[in-house]
Amino acid sequence: MLEIKNLSRTFFPGTVNERKALRNINLTLSDGEFVTVIGSNGAGKSTVLNMVAGKLQPDVGSVSIAGKNVTKMADYSRAKYIGRVFQDPMAGTAPTMSIEENMALAYSRGKFRGLGLGVSPKRRELFVEELKSLELGLEKRLKTKVGLLSGGQRQALSLLMATFSEPKILLLDEHTAALDPQRAALVSRLTNQIVERHKLTTLMVTHNMEQALQLGTRLIMMHDGEIILDLDSAQKSQMTVKDLLGEFEKIKGAQLDDRTMLQ
Amino acid sequence: MITAVELGLIYAIMALGVYLTFRILDFPDLTVDGSFTTGAAVAAVSIVNGMNPWLATVLAFLAGMVAGAITGLLHTKGKIDGLLAGILTMIALYSINLRIMGKANTPLLGEDTLISPMRAAGILGTWQSIAIFFLVSLILVGATVWFLHTEMGMAMRATGDNEEMIRSFGVSTDNQKILGLALSNGLVAMSGAVVAQYQGFADVGMGIGVILIGLASVIVGQAIFTQRYIWLAALAVVIGAVIYRLVIQFALGAGLEVNDMKLISAVLVVVALLLPKWKGFQKIVKSIKGKPQPVAETKEEVRSNA
Repeated sequence: MLEIKNLSRTFFPGTVNERKALRNINLTLSDGEFVTVIGSNGAGKSTVLNMVAGKLQPDVGSVSIAGKNVTKMADYSRAKYIGRVFQDPMAGTAPTMSIEENMALAYSRGKFRGLGLGVSPKRRELFVEELKSLELGLEKRLKTKVGLLSGGQRQALSLLMATFSEPKILLLDEHTAALDPQRAALVSRLTNQIVERHKLTTLMVTHNMEQALQLGTRLIMMHDGEIILDLDSAQKSQMTVKDLLGEFEKIKGAQLDDRTMLQ
Repeated sequence: MITAVELGLIYAIMALGVYLTFRILDFPDLTVDGSFTTGAAVAAVSIVNGMNPWLATVLAFLAGMVAGAITGLLHTKGKIDGLLAGILTMIALYSINLRIMGKANTPLLGEDTLISPMRAAGILGTWQSIAIFFLVSLILVGATVWFLHTEMGMAMRATGDNEEMIRSFGVSTDNQKILGLALSNGLVAMSGAVVAQYQGFADVGMGIGVILIGLASVIVGQAIFTQRYIWLAALAVVIGAVIYRLVIQFALGAGLEVNDMKLISAVLVVVALLLPKWKGFQKIVKSIKGKPQPVAETKEEVRSNA
């Protein structure tokens, strides 16, 4: 479903600040696979996500979605294949527009937007049904401006909006990081439910190793622009946070030794 | 007094255009000063050459759309700052407006215009003409509100509200901005066309400071009404435009000269912007309404829940 080939990107090339953000990344997600990506700051997790979304261009390499090469496609054009939830709960919704209007914006993802009514009675029924699945009572507040909702409610709504039109790829960029533990747990649970319900091919970046182990069918660890660990469902279920940290130290230590030896 | 209301209702068309860019797209568009005159010039020249005044007004609308689209292209494709893009188009339009008219002033005396039948029937300056102008502005408010609730219009509102978000749902925000600027300047030019027909001439200098009138109308209107509903906000713009004219009328009556009008406009905008921030004013509003505004109340409630 998602195929990333030889993806490389260097920031500020030729300057003292030169930084290799990605070094020849290869990653293939099969249909319905839910991959969690962990790694330290600057490992390149978000860079990969932004390249899939089209916010960043790679120096070399390609991104294909459902067999179609989208590397040169503008972010808004490829958005018809991709649902995104951002880290900032304020980022995924339009604050001065009502809940039902936000749902309507999401409903028409990648379709032509003409002069038909955005929120028709028929659509409103659909939106109510979808909102009920969040169990937050938002279906009773259709006319409420989204800016009046709490961070957790907004993020849950963002998640619903990103997914209910069934995109080919779902990108989650540390989408629970800015929430308090209770709300983060809620959004985590909803994520699991929704991904399973729609069988979405998902790429989720997180800082939280616990969450990375709980969610998803595959786990990837990145470090310094490379994928250093790739665990399938069976291996992942054996792992604890402690094991992951151990693996990380082991690989990182070995890498450092290699480099020092080369110098 | 009645003349002031009439003029206010005609300028309200322009203010609706300014509302589209300033409030909906969150884009301060200065093209308006040029496109207002463009509309007047196109309509006046067309009418003098024997065109039907309705058609001439539609043509003015289209000319305004082109002007707005140019500002939009400069801003989105050329990545020029929005304010500068507007100024560039506005200045360029000054020369273009002179080209259209061939001279600085095109009189419309004795021509068939949209206003001449009303003048002939003797209803200009009466309550009847106010009713007609009010009806026209209501129709345009209705059209604007309807548009803003269509899929296209909602994408435009989202563009002004949260650009990153609506891009992630597959909308080209560049196209939305260009479209919004085109529609806005179309309305502005149409207003210029009607003003020219109302006053009986188009003048190359008639657009100077129009942006301030537009902003004053939008801000004054919205200082009085809440912005909770689009239809109320759009209607507030029309009422703001009329209030602006009445204030000008009052200032003129109080001994200020026509030459002082731009100063009055600027002061009015500053007052309308600063007054709502003044605590004493907020207290007065509260005491009039008798209770705190419901919007603020729900916000507190949600926050304390979170």
